[in-house]
Amino acid sequence: MKCRKCGTGAVIELRRHNAAFCAPDFLEFFRNQVREAIRKHRMFTRDERVLVAVSGGKDSLGLWDVLIEEGYQTSGLYLDLGIYDYSVESKAKCEAFAAAREVPLIVTGVADEVGAPVPVIKEVTRRPPCSGCGLSKRYLMNRVALEHGFPVVATGHNLDDEAATLFGSVMHWQTEALPRQSPALASTHPKLVRRVKPLYRLSEREAAAYAFLRRIDYIVEECPFAKGATSIMYKEILSRMEDASPGAKHNFLFGFLDKARAAFERAEAVSLQECVRCGQVTTGTVCAFCKLSDQVKRAT
Amino acid sequence: MRVVLRNPRREVEVAGGRRVRDVLKELDVIPETVLVIRGDTLITADQVVADEDTIELRPVMSGG
Ligand code: SF4
Ligand SMILES: [Zn+2]
Ligand SMILES: [Zn+2]
Repeated sequence: MKCRKCGTGAVIELRRHNAAFCAPDFLEFFRNQVREAIRKHRMFTRDERVLVAVSGGKDSLGLWDVLIEEGYQTSGLYLDLGIYDYSVESKAKCEAFAAAREVPLIVTGVADEVGAPVPVIKEVTRRPPCSGCGLSKRYLMNRVALEHGFPVVATGHNLDDEAATLFGSVMHWQTEALPRQSPALASTHPKLVRRVKPLYRLSEREAAAYAFLRRIDYIVEECPFAKGATSIMYKEILSRMEDASPGAKHNFLFGFLDKARAAFERAEAVSLQECVRCGQVTTGTVCAFCKLSDQVKRAT
Repeated sequence: MRVVLRNPRREVEVAGGRRVRDVLKELDVIPETVLVIRGDTLITADQVVADEDTIELRPVMSGG
């Protein structure tokens, strides 16, 4: 197989683009997709400081790498979930990445903020680990960004992540979740920072190839709790569809974003308040994060 | 030839002298879900792998 751009031997085939690329031209293709995402959704400017949420995995470290190369002002945020060896190793990967590139990395421990690490939160709440974990991550990303004066948080969500989330929402007709699914969510309250996903145009395989070809040392092992996650099941289903019909995932997600998403936007805006305990934004009186940490502190 | 699989890490022996695509098919691996690594580079599904080759099939999917 030959590179579409220069005709030398290709290292990766992108069936949905009907193309194959050599390593340098693939890296350029990848950066172009990120540039297009940032431009199209006005994600951030070169004058803004961007907080990049990093997990130690291929997507978030690859994203951080692109943004550094592009000359954006970035800092990393690593949330230490306290999930056994997985957290120890993924944190070490993020620290090594930041040190090698001389970029700042903020580390926040979920155990310090909630009162216990994710495995204990799971026991105390008797809920799937991803529920307490996801809630804590969303809350802490926003709060840390505010505390450090970042107007925007960027995450490494890719096309497969977004397509799987959309698939899950549609399977259950969670119509309230649909309008919130977007490559860029503007700030709707002074205490909510903008949230953006600059990799949404790139597949999971493309993100992995980028990280590999850039020699980024990322964690290949999975979070031990990811095993039974329904998101993985949806990704597998979508990958089979993609295999049978290249471009299926792309068409599913982009069709939604271009044609369907607006139809689910509600006329009435939800009223946002500040949590009486921590001051972060919530729709109730006490936010879900404060309730969670109360429950954890009572039980431990 | 030797094929290295991950999560958990393990190795299997299969016949070489054919295309990557055929190796993936035998192992029931969807091409979209892995990177195929030989040495320090990636290879495409149409490449022929030799009996003495080792390739890694690195999963690209993550959950959560
Ligand atoms: S798989 Fe679940 S528990 Fe593990 S990091 Fe992701 S959200 Fe958290
Ligand atoms: Zn080329
Ligand atoms: Zn609160």
